[in-house]
Amino acid sequence: MLDGLKIAGIGVLVVLFAMAANFGQDMAFQVHALLLTAIAAAGFVWTIRTVGQPKPVAETGYMDGVVRYGVVATVIWGLVGFAMGTLIAWQLTFPELNLGLPWTSFGRLRPLHTSAVIFAFGGNALIATSFYVVQRTTAARLWGGNLAWFVFWGYNLFIVLAATGYVLGSTQSKEYAEPEWYVDLWLTVVWVAYLAVFLGTIVKRREPHIYVANWFYLAFIVTVAMLHIVNNVTIPVSIWSSQSVPMWPGVQGAMVQWWYGHNAVGFFLTAGFLGMMYYFVPKQADRPIYSYKLSIIHFWALIFLYIWAGPHHLHYTALPDWAQILGMVMSIILWMPSWGGMINGLMTLQGAWDKLRTDPVLRMLVVSIGFYGMSTFEGPMMSIRAVNSLSHYTDWTIGHVHSGALGWNGMITFGALYFLVPRLWNRERLYSISLVSWHFWLATIGIVLYASSMWVSGIMQGLMWREVDEQGFLVNSFADTVGALFPMYVTRALGGVLYVTGAVIMAYNLYKTAVGAGQAAPVRAVPAE
Amino acid sequence: MSILSKHHYIERNVLLLLILSFLTVSIGGIVQIVPLFYLDNTIEKVEGVRPYSPLELAGRNIYVREGCYVCHSQMIRTMRDEQERYGHYSLAAESMYDHPFQWGSKRTGPDLARVGGRYSDAWHVAHFHNPRDLVPESIMPAYPWFAQTPITADYIADIMVAHRRAGVPYSDAQIEAARSDFRTQADPDFGDVDALLERYPGAVVRNFDEQPGITELDAVISYLQMLGTLVDFSTYTPVESR
Repeated sequence: MLDGLKIAGIGVLVVLFAMAANFGQDMAFQVHALLLTAIAAAGFVWTIRTVGQPKPVAETGYMDGVVRYGVVATVIWGLVGFAMGTLIAWQLTFPELNLGLPWTSFGRLRPLHTSAVIFAFGGNALIATSFYVVQRTTAARLWGGNLAWFVFWGYNLFIVLAATGYVLGSTQSKEYAEPEWYVDLWLTVVWVAYLAVFLGTIVKRREPHIYVANWFYLAFIVTVAMLHIVNNVTIPVSIWSSQSVPMWPGVQGAMVQWWYGHNAVGFFLTAGFLGMMYYFVPKQADRPIYSYKLSIIHFWALIFLYIWAGPHHLHYTALPDWAQILGMVMSIILWMPSWGGMINGLMTLQGAWDKLRTDPVLRMLVVSIGFYGMSTFEGPMMSIRAVNSLSHYTDWTIGHVHSGALGWNGMITFGALYFLVPRLWNRERLYSISLVSWHFWLATIGIVLYASSMWVSGIMQGLMWREVDEQGFLVNSFADTVGALFPMYVTRALGGVLYVTGAVIMAYNLYKTAVGAGQAAPVRAVPAE
Repeated sequence: MSILSKHHYIERNVLLLLILSFLTVSIGGIVQIVPLFYLDNTIEKVEGVRPYSPLELAGRNIYVREGCYVCHSQMIRTMRDEQERYGHYSLAAESMYDHPFQWGSKRTGPDLARVGGRYSDAWHVAHFHNPRDLVPESIMPAYPWFAQTPITADYIADIMVAHRRAGVPYSDAQIEAARSDFRTQADPDFGDVDALLERYPGAVVRNFDEQPGITELDAVISYLQMLGTLVDFSTYTPVESR
């Protein structure tokens, strides 16, 4: 009976999606409808073929299958995102690489790059590590049975829909919130399921105390839900069209967008990744967290303050001054809890600093915290109105986000992946430690090239734009300032190439580790009965 | 510290942790966002600002689709060099009908808030075909398909209705005339230009790409040519108290 309903339900979906493909008013919508038709049809066939088969016995123990898939997805999306970033860096250097085609032009590929890195690479890393960490720190299996699998596949479907949408020209043009209305709705469903799995696992924990990493993961999940829903209120033009009209206009829209945008950084890329830090750094260093009280203070201060920082993206604009100044002041105060997290992470190595010499994985984690400290100092500095008047609209901002994204988010994820793969695939150790060292140095040098070239080009751009002669006339035309950036853009793209190369080496190393190259067959612990 | 020693209540109750976290993160947004819907200087109306004409709106959708906001801002800040280079600083009212706003965050290319009327249509036609033909240093992608892609008014009324639901004051008459206005703006012989100008004062009406038929190029140029032209700054006086 239940199977019959299931088959009928999926059958109806197939028909609905096929109808949508037929009535679709634009290419992105039609392609998405066809994709969903194919997925639903495959599900239909699969359900019919497996109907009546005995249900597998419910497993106990930690649910690591979904974490393994998450790890693989993180690596693959990381490679896609980094490669895409390097490609568009070359497009900015040699514009012929735009190829004169709609789907390969910079304006469409840039959101693809940012979404692939933040949401596909970062998001899969967050989901996978949070599922791993919450089970280990609560001593409980993930709640909700196959719901965790729904979160994984649902989230990756969201990414595919978003990415193909950008290339086909479907976008709301709100930075880091570009996906159109139905993709947003789907993400909302997936995100609620994610919250349910995470929360449910904590509820059934066998450890009375909720570990600090889970506070950060929880705050990240809840806040992202709030930001996503408020920023994406939109009115679809038709249910057969991918186009929609965002609800918030002009100045209100700008404020809502940067409230969202800055906290995509603050919660997606900071709070969530701090959750990672609070588990993987103590584990890899084999030392306890430095200060429990510091973690309490910096947790509450960080989540309270971050939300206020959005208006520093709108200095000297039509946003009222009071909001700009409020945003600036809160951004500067935010420096303190940010460094609270950095100190707590770094000082965890107390008594284990010597391990940095021998353990490149730990080195990666520690350098990521260093980059976190650097960009959380740079950010508050750039939020000061006088500094911002120079830095805003220039490459300095681009350099700043990349020292955060490549240095902090990238490196800590790499460290976590190197930690997880041997454990998840039941291997004694990584395939090659020296390849980890190669990755470490390639990535670090890549970031240094990237950040320093963007400092130079950003500050130069800002100074050239405002330069006036003795008569008070502007000295440089805009085209002059573009031409002057060429050497810095080449350097930046080369930095990207190094970073991608390091990631390719990591992918190879992790693959070899997972298949157990050069290692004895794993010994599985079998319970004696 | 006694207050920190009480923290273990939160650490042992996930619901409490959830609720307190949510309350903590909701305050900042409420304080910063909600007043913007009520304050005079964020909702004031300025003479001349009007909703986009159908063709301009279609052009704007292409601007959004191609991700132009990624490299071009539409927000002139109050600094001297920006006003020298781009014109009067942008007013909140000038983007009041923008769903969503196109202020941008990066100037890989110049600000476009007041690009309307700065260059000729022919300049734009050549520039979209290959920017480096006109500006050798330019790193902007070429958009040769604009000139070759015809654009229809099939869904323009639906798009305007959606804008109306989001708060843009399109009248019934404007929506009814959407299809003919769309065509008339790029093909002045097609319909009643005076009626169009009455509905959309200050709209630029002419065959933008000088080719028969209406292409994406017509729509984009009609949008660019009106950007920043609606407010007459020779008569505009900002309110003293703000």
